[in-house]
Amino acid sequence: MDRAAIIGVGMTRIEGNKKTDTYADMAWEAVNRALEDAGMEMDDIDNVVTTSNDFWDGRTISCMAVGDASGAANKNVSCVEGDGTFGAFYGLTRSLSGSYDTTLVTAHSKGSESVSSLITNAAFDPIYERGLGLDMVSASAMQARAFMHRTGTTQEQLAMVSVKNHGNAMRNPMAQLAFKITVEDVLNSEMIADPLHKLDCSPVSDGCCAVIIANEKKAGKYARKPVWIKGVSFCSDSYHLGDRDLSRSKSLTAAAEKAYAMAGLSNPRKEIGLVELYDAFTYQELMWLEEMGLCGEGEAGKLLAKGAFDADGKFPVNPSGGLLSGHPVIAAGLIRIAEVVKRLRGDENGSGAKIGLAQGTNGLCGQSHCVWILGKDK
Amino acid sequence: MAKRVAIIGTGQTHHKSHRPDVNGQELINEAVKRALQDADLTMKDIDAVVIGNMDHFEGINYVDCWSVDGSGAVMKPIIKLTTGGTTGCTIAIGGYHIVASGLFDRVLVIGWEKNSESDTTGAITTAFDPVWDRLVFAGAISGLAAEAQAYMARYGATDRDGARVSVRDRKHATNNPYAQLRKEVTLEEVLASPMLADPIHLLDVCPRTDGACAIIMASEDLAVKSANKPDWIWATANRHPYSYLGDADYGRLTSMSESSKELYKKVGIREPRKEIDVIELYQPYSFAGLIWIEDMGIVGHGEGPEYVWGGNTDMGGELPINPSGGVISCNPIGATGLIRCAEAAMQVMGKAEGRQVPDVKHAISTGFGGCWWTDMILHGSEKPEY
Amino acid sequence: MKNTFEGIEPMVYESKISVPYSWWSGDTAGEFLRSLRDDKKLLGRRCGDCARVYIPPRKACPLCFAEMEWAEVSDTGTLLTYTVVLRRLASLPKDPPVIYGLIRLDGADTAILHMIGDIDPAKVKIGMKVRARFSQARKGSITDIEYFAPLSQ
Repeated sequence: MDRAAIIGVGMTRIEGNKKTDTYADMAWEAVNRALEDAGMEMDDIDNVVTTSNDFWDGRTISCMAVGDASGAANKNVSCVEGDGTFGAFYGLTRSLSGSYDTTLVTAHSKGSESVSSLITNAAFDPIYERGLGLDMVSASAMQARAFMHRTGTTQEQLAMVSVKNHGNAMRNPMAQLAFKITVEDVLNSEMIADPLHKLDCSPVSDGCCAVIIANEKKAGKYARKPVWIKGVSFCSDSYHLGDRDLSRSKSLTAAAEKAYAMAGLSNPRKEIGLVELYDAFTYQELMWLEEMGLCGEGEAGKLLAKGAFDADGKFPVNPSGGLLSGHPVIAAGLIRIAEVVKRLRGDENGSGAKIGLAQGTNGLCGQSHCVWILGKDK
Repeated sequence: MAKRVAIIGTGQTHHKSHRPDVNGQELINEAVKRALQDADLTMKDIDAVVIGNMDHFEGINYVDCWSVDGSGAVMKPIIKLTTGGTTGCTIAIGGYHIVASGLFDRVLVIGWEKNSESDTTGAITTAFDPVWDRLVFAGAISGLAAEAQAYMARYGATDRDGARVSVRDRKHATNNPYAQLRKEVTLEEVLASPMLADPIHLLDVCPRTDGACAIIMASEDLAVKSANKPDWIWATANRHPYSYLGDADYGRLTSMSESSKELYKKVGIREPRKEIDVIELYQPYSFAGLIWIEDMGIVGHGEGPEYVWGGNTDMGGELPINPSGGVISCNPIGATGLIRCAEAAMQVMGKAEGRQVPDVKHAISTGFGGCWWTDMILHGSEKPEY
Repeated sequence: MKNTFEGIEPMVYESKISVPYSWWSGDTAGEFLRSLRDDKKLLGRRCGDCARVYIPPRKACPLCFAEMEWAEVSDTGTLLTYTVVLRRLASLPKDPPVIYGLIRLDGADTAILHMIGDIDPAKVKIGMKVRARFSQARKGSITDIEYFAPLSQ
């Protein structure tokens, strides 16, 4: 693909309930931070992509609420519905299409304003499944069990993801849940849907993130050293959970392999030095790592226990604290991208990584994934 | 750097008020199969899928994920774009950028809606913006009525002028086997139909529709190799400002004039009336067929009625508008903008059969929605000159 | 930044979305639901190309786009995975504990989602055999199966 880069990132603090901010207020804050980060004015942005979801926002045409606050009033603008990694993908294509140079991508959500259980229940097929009363938590719990059953991953290993990520969040001023806990704390927390305890689940959160993507022509023209987009790919598995092997994520494997190939990575385990992934639940960090081929099958839990994914190690996973420490859906994946960018640039501890991976997901139990490979060097 | 992009196939359902025989995925599948057949391709040839609809009309969250059984996107990239009434045109613009980026060579774009599945009043409550509510729903059209009233007051137009547009589109629809309403009406019948919101009569507005549309876009190399004469995308433009009810310049569609200017500037069109051969206008009610062609720069402000009465926008006229019968003959909202795009593509490709305008070199398709939003695409029979 | 809301409780607009929907089941799901209601039989669909049997039934094969034909599957199957929900999640139709499972019915290539009942939650195991227990009053919905119970019972 032609070269493009991320030249500015900005986000709000992730909070449990941003009582004083509307969607537009959050977008305004994130956008201004991204512009400031990039050393750009709004006039330097030539088009905008917002990312939102009508169900989460409780509003038809949810993009309407943030367009102007994202500076889109007199610009070409579009809206992706889904995770921010998908919004950023569309933003990237617009910067590469010859129509535009600099795309501002925003993604927002306020989980505090709705009931996530009912909203994710609406992702089930209305005729065949919805009446059973499943939601994202109960469906993910089934996937967690299927993954643990296949790989031998233990409840303790799941808990260690929570311990690590909440601990990492203590160094992230934007995180919502930053604290030091033990494996016992996780195992003793309320069992919500077996095998997922409360501390295996990400919280309900509010937040917004903004990212500026420029093509090669413009990438070097502003304040920050660009972080280059080396590879991006997304892929969807079958819809019905029973059509898939729920213990696996074929679509993630496919998306990751294509992203590695685009980036020219022949040994991603060695070449990637930093991962920010979609850990909506503890098991997902381990499962996504394995399904992306970043460790062997059934090894993620063991490697985690040995400290292989620690923030200060060679292969930090979710050094920001991940979604377990703050999960504004929709914005979540864009935040993963922003966190990788900040760490590759060295604004935050990135353990000196040159190549980073960000991953986002749409749908139930990781049906559709988007994988980004970002690089410090061109 | 940027690749040229063309539409190489289109497909749509036979649009109806109710499709109880199929669920949403199955409805989508009908349009997808027809588009593949038209392009002489199979799903294996498709690299990625773009889909759009209005979530709260079907009450299904993560439609990109839910729809894969019908869209064919199992183990393929699929992305959802949604911008309200403009969605259909927005997803076509999305398909264009995604192919032009060079990241995918063949992209399937799908717009759909099963309006029969939700209660209009209930769905209206899900958008708090009163302007938008009134724009999109036939049952609550006071925003559009305000536009029509303002226009009539400014330029001296009458409800007969609006009715003339309705007569035109409903006549055109009789040539379109896919349209939902295919019955000619007279001026008198339009004016005698129930008044919904003065000056808008029942026969001035769009119906509620179940339907889906799909198009296939390809990069230059593959488009040239395609069995079809491709429809080249020359340029796209849109404006989605946020307007409260009091913000709009009633009687003018600012987003349309700004988008048009950008579109013409991008490709060097100076006299759109002469250089454009056909328009598929997202025109949810008849008066828009007077007002918005002025904002599009086809004629001057206040000249819309005279131009329409002169037969210029009829089939066989100088610049036929809505040969398909347009939105007032058929309105599956998430698909509506894409149907405009597909119909414009069919005109350029010479595939519009009974509704074909001869020798189309340039066509425009538009989307309308949100709070006075516009999306536009310029289509051409020759490769664009960039 | 000045905190405008210092000492003030921000105003909250309480509302809810209440949109009634009537989803057409369509001919395919309609036939499945009719058969469930009237005959207590579970109908899948077999792809004419790849021969996979899908349940819930699809009109066309999602992978091949090919036509399919009806294929009755058994009301017994194998539990592939499950969860015991203990918190009163808003989507739950009844008080917890509720056991959800993914069940591959004998004769089908895909699995269906449903509830598991008549069993101590601690005794549920992946791989166990289960049988559909039909509701007494069936009205043509997926809940015409009340739940799946262990086959041995």
